[in-house]
Amino acid sequence: MIFNHDTVIIGAGLAGLRAAVECAGKMDVAVVSKVFPTRSPSGAAQGGITASLGNEEEDRWEWHFFDTVKGGDYLGDQDAIEVMVRDAPRVIYELEHMGIPFNRTSEGKIAQRNSEGHTQDYGKKPVKRACYAGESTGRVILDALYDQCLRYQVKFYLEHYLLSLVFDGKRYAGAVIYDLSRGQLHLLRSRAILLATGGCGRIYKTTSNSFASTGDGMSLALQAGIPLEDMEFVQFHPTGLYPLGILISEVARGEGGILRNRLGERFMERHAPKMKELAPGDVVSRAILREIREGRGIDGRDYVHLDLTHLGDEIIEKRLWEIAFCSRTYLGVDPVYEPIPVQPTCHYMMGGIPTDLEGRVLTDEKGSMAPGLYAAGECACVSLHGANRLGCNSLLDLLVFGRRSGLAMKREALQYDIPSLSEEPLEKASSFIRRLLNQGKEKSDPIRRRMQTVMMEHGSVSRNEAGLKKGIEEIQSLKERYREVRVFDSKKSFNYELMEAIELGHQLDLAEAILVSALHRRESRGAHWREDFPHRADRSYLKHTLIFQTPKGLEVRYKPVRITRFQPEARIY
Amino acid sequence: MLLTLKIFRFDPEKDKSPYYQTFEVEASPTDRLLDCLNRIRWEQDPTLSFRMACGHGSCGSDAMRINGICGLACQKLVRSFQEEILVEPLSGFKVVKDLVVDLNPFFEKYHSIKPYLITHTPPPETERRQSPEEHQRFEEAIRCILCACCTASCPVYQNKGTEDYVDPAALGRVFRYLFDSRDEGTKERLDLLDQPPMAWGCQTFWKCTEVCPKEIPVTKQIGQIKRRIYESKPEK
Repeated sequence: MIFNHDTVIIGAGLAGLRAAVECAGKMDVAVVSKVFPTRSPSGAAQGGITASLGNEEEDRWEWHFFDTVKGGDYLGDQDAIEVMVRDAPRVIYELEHMGIPFNRTSEGKIAQRNSEGHTQDYGKKPVKRACYAGESTGRVILDALYDQCLRYQVKFYLEHYLLSLVFDGKRYAGAVIYDLSRGQLHLLRSRAILLATGGCGRIYKTTSNSFASTGDGMSLALQAGIPLEDMEFVQFHPTGLYPLGILISEVARGEGGILRNRLGERFMERHAPKMKELAPGDVVSRAILREIREGRGIDGRDYVHLDLTHLGDEIIEKRLWEIAFCSRTYLGVDPVYEPIPVQPTCHYMMGGIPTDLEGRVLTDEKGSMAPGLYAAGECACVSLHGANRLGCNSLLDLLVFGRRSGLAMKREALQYDIPSLSEEPLEKASSFIRRLLNQGKEKSDPIRRRMQTVMMEHGSVSRNEAGLKKGIEEIQSLKERYREVRVFDSKKSFNYELMEAIELGHQLDLAEAILVSALHRRESRGAHWREDFPHRADRSYLKHTLIFQTPKGLEVRYKPVRITRFQPEARIY
Repeated sequence: MLLTLKIFRFDPEKDKSPYYQTFEVEASPTDRLLDCLNRIRWEQDPTLSFRMACGHGSCGSDAMRINGICGLACQKLVRSFQEEILVEPLSGFKVVKDLVVDLNPFFEKYHSIKPYLITHTPPPETERRQSPEEHQRFEEAIRCILCACCTASCPVYQNKGTEDYVDPAALGRVFRYLFDSRDEGTKERLDLLDQPPMAWGCQTFWKCTEVCPKEIPVTKQIGQIKRRIYESKPEK
């Protein structure tokens, strides 16, 4: 079937829904989601959302600005970061007025707590900047935005999966989607499309990410000739539950949790004397890895302890309920009495589809646009987070830039007609699916598992040239095998094997893009740590990577970082 | 350990009626039931359908009946079961395929109770004030992830004749707003909640509380809603 909408938003996480709320009422908005909207990964965000409200102690947006720049190891574009941090208080009050149940101070204001990398007075000491609603901040915002969308008559294509983006020669003019429940294809024609498809952490074996985080939007952009920016910067959250990788949120450290090695030492005192456990994620993850490599992992194995026992049961039951529940459920470890075993887990992609400050997708290093196409949230790279995202800055990113891209679509899209596309994109998608169902012999699962292992070995916290080259070779040979992939389930209704086979193709493309980008960056910066180039090299690499898919394979180019206020300095915490 | 999973199967495309299929899976004691279901799908039978997303109890996708009790497959470790685990779709909803049920009626009921803050006075420039004590009254309720375990376990919702009961999940959500000091919709909420299929439909079976994967005291909250309605009525 063919349907027309003024704007089509792919993804029903916070960025997509915030954009939808912005456009709703003014234009006909459709949201496509491969899961139910309240099931999107944004809902798992527990830590909170940052803004320099100063409700607990003195705070200024300039400090938030500096922390985000330094947290990103000076790779973030400072004009974009300034937009985000200055808009942050407005975002929080908007949420509060919408009914978000933020915790409160004794004066009745929105309570704030510590989060990694956030400081007072340009790095002097930690500051309470994260606003939170229990440990459900992401989820309550997600539910609230979904509810607003329904009140404003947004059309939802639930459990529909994005297959392709349609370019009519002049503009991005629509999308082909697959109805998972019925096995039918639809062509959505629209004046504007927003990609808000999230991250791709499922490329890695150990990850906090949802099964849905497979990077479909990023990969389709890459296939369409749009570059991906800074893909080598993959955040490993320091405290994943060992061995599952489930997230133990930074709230635990914000409330005073301590990391200890086999000897019981508070090792962060050595690695980040001032900020200790509240240093940014990349610093803490690297410190954990170093402890493990030097033989100080617990029982000589690859994890350390997150100790909350000194906090007492009242704080744990009241403020860290979710964390305690997770630890008890999955490990049988009660954090009131015992430390929690943790290891770094793949958590967040700093890189993604390059956009300008209004969410408009950029197609090269000169700033050319992809007309009609927008991107926001984790799949996009504005770039706010540079080489490493700070805790509780991601919800802020989603809401600030989700809204801005919504505003831009509202402003720009209506001047174009709804394009008169032929059925050709539908036929192409249909023959692609027929091939998956009828040809080939390889199963997806072994390829996916191998990819996840290769990425852990060669593309995670610590990297080197030989490993990256080996990783690229392995991913390329997996891509060869993928050409022969076959879907054995031929049913139309809820054919998850088909969806996962398509996702795997995207994951392999992104895995290669990450490794190739990492190979070319011969320095260490933020989350990208090269053992063979252990220092930051501003003279050669204070620039954004852009990776393009060309007929000859992946090609790496660069573009400058926009620095407006803070010149790079040594990054010590 | 070798586990046996007896799984409810139904594919309306080909099956006249549902049946149970048994799978054997090699699992380690700390595997989640969800891991076993995925292993079946990836290694033995790709046609098995069930929903999942986050894999750690924060999205609510993989609610199902496990040995007769509603819960999230990603929150159940196999070590807590004997050799055979019976896996069925949530009860009270139409089965779409295997363990996938039609949750549209659930979300329709949820939206019928006005799950949003109602205000008439314009907001201040900054936040509306609320004391920590006022926040505490509803704070457990915000953990709800709309997984539908409570509703699928509620005997009132299941019984013929009372199936129009609005359901515990919706009431738990309305509790959050009714007891939020910022909400100005008390009267319209109470009028709505006083309707027969609303709060008074609850017969206090406690099943919702027993199964809630987020340990929310749903039954107690519904009781507080009833009390609030009762107290709002003029004395006779």
